[in-house]
Amino acid sequence: MSLKNKLHNFKVKNKDKKWLPAFSALHTFLFLPNETTHGGTHIKVADDLKRTMNTVIMAMIPCLIFGMFNAGYQHHLALGEIQAVTSGFFSPEFWTLSNFMVGFWKILPLVIVSYGVGLGIEFIFAIIKGHEVEEGYLVTGMLVPLIVPVDIPLWMLAVAVIFGVVIGKEVFGGTGMNILNPALTIRAFLFFAYPTWMSGDKVWIHGAVERDQLIASGQNLDAISGETILGGLAQGKEIAYSLWDMFLGFIPGSVGETSTLLIILGGLFLIFTKIGSWRIMLSSVIGAIVMGLIFNQVTASGWITESSKFYGLMSAPFWEHLVIGGFAFGTVFMATDPVTASQTNKGKWIYGFLIGFVSIMIRVFNPAYPEGVMLAILLMNVFAPTIDHYVVQGNVKKRMKRLKAKVA
Amino acid sequence: MGLLSKKDAKLITDPLADNNPITIQVLGICSALAITAELKASIVMALSVMAVLAIGNVVISLMRNIIPSKIRIIVQLVVVAALVIIVDQVLKAFAYELSKTLSVFVGLIITNCIIMGRFEAFALGNKPWRSFLDGIGNAAGYGLILIIVGFFRELLGSGTLLGFKVLGDPIEKTGLYAIGYENNGFMLLSPMALIVVGIIIWVQRSRNQALIED
Repeated sequence: MSLKNKLHNFKVKNKDKKWLPAFSALHTFLFLPNETTHGGTHIKVADDLKRTMNTVIMAMIPCLIFGMFNAGYQHHLALGEIQAVTSGFFSPEFWTLSNFMVGFWKILPLVIVSYGVGLGIEFIFAIIKGHEVEEGYLVTGMLVPLIVPVDIPLWMLAVAVIFGVVIGKEVFGGTGMNILNPALTIRAFLFFAYPTWMSGDKVWIHGAVERDQLIASGQNLDAISGETILGGLAQGKEIAYSLWDMFLGFIPGSVGETSTLLIILGGLFLIFTKIGSWRIMLSSVIGAIVMGLIFNQVTASGWITESSKFYGLMSAPFWEHLVIGGFAFGTVFMATDPVTASQTNKGKWIYGFLIGFVSIMIRVFNPAYPEGVMLAILLMNVFAPTIDHYVVQGNVKKRMKRLKAKVA
Repeated sequence: MGLLSKKDAKLITDPLADNNPITIQVLGICSALAITAELKASIVMALSVMAVLAIGNVVISLMRNIIPSKIRIIVQLVVVAALVIIVDQVLKAFAYELSKTLSVFVGLIITNCIIMGRFEAFALGNKPWRSFLDGIGNAAGYGLILIIVGFFRELLGSGTLLGFKVLGDPIEKTGLYAIGYENNGFMLLSPMALIVVGIIIWVQRSRNQALIED
């Protein structure tokens, strides 16, 4: 008997056990289950929720690996051990084993904690509620390590994951019922709960916090600091990175969001496999460009002068907003979450446009917290059902009119 | 209970759990979110509301047959406003620091939905003694939730309880802080109070399925 059949028989034999959902979750990960539906005709497609989720994870893997190299690269660069990259994306200074190992040992624990805690909660809820384990956490679990600073303490991440999965998702009924994107709920929780670990100039480069502690204990060392570009612009500083560095991702930032190039590749992969909505991605970029252009016009016409605290971010050219910060990552991987986004095609255009528009607005007008894309997406998550409602009602009205015209 | 008849005792015990003003009737949420960052403020707020509600209920109950129904809301407001001013002045006289923490929220007891709600729903139709018990019961139910929320918010948000550093000193890194623990700043923000209240509602309704409304 094949392993597949053995597992199936095992499942049948234990079908009344409480822990069965946990078993079948692992089972369906590897095999297509033997069960068939009864009554009625069904068309079965291969890309169930689990396959969909795995596709998104595949799209994120390049960002994760790049993030590991980048964490080590930023660390070594800040210590003065290596030179800055000079020859584009394949610079030999960047793709070294020592860079990778530093990042690997920092980021692997983040991934393990994120998946361990999150899936643990999913299993517990499945057993209590007596339903199958839902796969919703697969993508969230990969998103979470990519959107936090590399030095975040693991216990904080665990607390945030518990909060995000329970309050962000399970209370609403689990996967598919949540209003807010769970990964962003987790990040928002971290940001408001432990702001010193989520912003400022110490957390983005591995080693900066430890270095500060060594200095405090009396050792004679230079402090490491590394702001994100957004943080620098918000304080009106000159930015030392070239646009090309920003696009390729050789900049400090959350683990997986620095390389716009790889995010675009991931986005194309999602569009090609028809899993991510190109309407949301495109309209969100348009929204950001429109808002960026408005701000550029405001500074160009001299309404806001350099003395204003908004000047730094307002005068940043609109295309720069697209490649710095988490905008690209949020647009491609988080705004497109099919559960929390608008469902109608027209709604997706509005939803995406407003995400881009609002996130640049928050960036500029909230210098204390320049990363607006997280809040913009959470805000629009809340409004997505309202947008859909009016789109559907508009359609109903249009058809009613047409019907009346015909009758008359 | 010797002192209270079974029916009267229910007036006090019901609002504590199955008919809690905050978690079941969802009244008085505003102050529950605003002043629960510290346990001490929660307790004082609970006591203030209890004083206002119990006395106010008795006053309204005594006047229930002479208040013209067209202007009853105005009469109720006058009664509650007078009581609130007394409570506010007492706090200012004997606990000035605390009254600054509570700031406008003592004054805003006037607009606390629970108070007008009990006047309307109970005191206008019941005798003074029963109205008094109802006031005590509802204020206790309100206070109970305030204290639970205040307990968790102060413990997790500031690492203290009633001002005592129960988890150690965050600056000198003693106790839990020595091993890397940090206070949760989110707990000090009002949205987290809403979530804590939500969790209490969740726990309560999953323990007693009869409370779940469709």
